[in-house]
Amino acid sequence: MIQIFARDVKLAFRSGGGFGLALVFFLIVVFLVPLGVGPSGNTLAVIAPGIIWVGALLACLLSLDRILTNDWEDGSLELLATSPIPLEAVILSKAAAHWITTGLPLAIAAPVLSVLLNMPSQGFFFLCISLLVGTPALSLIGAFGAALTLGVKRGGLLLSIIVLPLYVPTLIFGAEVASRGAGGQPIETPLLLLGAVTFGTLAALPFAAAAALRLSLR
Amino acid sequence: MQDNAPLLQLSDIACARGGRVVLEGVSFSLRPGQGVALRGANGSGKTTLLRTIAGLQPPVSGTITCAEEGLAFASHADGLKGALTVSENLLFWATLHGQDGINAALSAFALSDLQDRRAANLSAGQKRRLGLARLLVTGRRIWILDEPTVSLDYAATQLFAQVVQAHLAKGGVALMATHIDLGFECQDLDLTTFQASRAVASEFDEAFA
Repeated sequence: MIQIFARDVKLAFRSGGGFGLALVFFLIVVFLVPLGVGPSGNTLAVIAPGIIWVGALLACLLSLDRILTNDWEDGSLELLATSPIPLEAVILSKAAAHWITTGLPLAIAAPVLSVLLNMPSQGFFFLCISLLVGTPALSLIGAFGAALTLGVKRGGLLLSIIVLPLYVPTLIFGAEVASRGAGGQPIETPLLLLGAVTFGTLAALPFAAAAALRLSLR
Repeated sequence: MQDNAPLLQLSDIACARGGRVVLEGVSFSLRPGQGVALRGANGSGKTTLLRTIAGLQPPVSGTITCAEEGLAFASHADGLKGALTVSENLLFWATLHGQDGINAALSAFALSDLQDRRAANLSAGQKRRLGLARLLVTGRRIWILDEPTVSLDYAATQLFAQVVQAHLAKGGVALMATHIDLGFECQDLDLTTFQASRAVASEFDEAFA
């Protein structure tokens, strides 16, 4: 498992595109909002957590097909299927590698970007926490979607349509944690629910994704 | 387990591609040291049979008994990562299979001089050699090979034949779909006798019958 994880991280860094792309896309989305909404600081502060969360969602979506498509095209996925590692573990390590190269950088960059949106500084910490807790679910759901749409020509759009509705709970609770944190309100309930979504996907989706993968590999 | 027990046994296998059964009644077994070449025209179901044995698709009927350790499969695609070097590619598969040491595999396929080259910069034949070297680092006794000699030149084909012979001598088995004569003693299995062409009876249809 560690080997697959290490290989995917190495490939993401080395082949370029993958690692920086999602982060730059996130930056641009967040940067465009003040230009569209206007310079009114109060308006921006209210919508900041939502914008950052939607931006993170879209940036994550951008790199989802990379989780499995490359390995499928060059035949590694078939070879992994005949290796001693069960497919569930393959999915799990690939989702973990995706999170390290996408979710984690987004969570670290988010406080910096929230300055652009005039978010109160007491919310930075909670925004970071909400992204750290919520983005693993995005990678896991994404891996499931990628397994479902594997082998479909130009499956990228189909993948987005399948995955985005599944992102809704994470988006709602994640943005709620961030905006409550910024407003100085208690965050326990949404944070626990956000964590519950992440752990739920962690428990169920590797199995679902591996089952979908077995069908796609036929 | 006895030493001469079959490592791989197929009994009455039928396999399908694209909703049609292409082969049926395939039965054979491979004992340690046995090499079998699958023969048959294009489209006769060689790849389908090999994928079924590798467990990538379920057989329509029949049973496959395979040694517990599993098998090593080499398909048309080599599963190489262009951004990684030759030795990194090989090392990944070696550690994944719990093996260490890739030098023997590198030298068996004359890849030692290329080991720091990125796989993306290799020629088709060199990529194929690297793909085949992967078999050696899996440490598994059953080799399932689909057209292993495609894009290999004469010298590399000889290298490959030597590696397979050494593998068989060590008690391994090899099942190869190939059209060429590898120059060593190897049983032929002609798939023409197992040809079939009928639609797969699916439970879906039965449910509405």
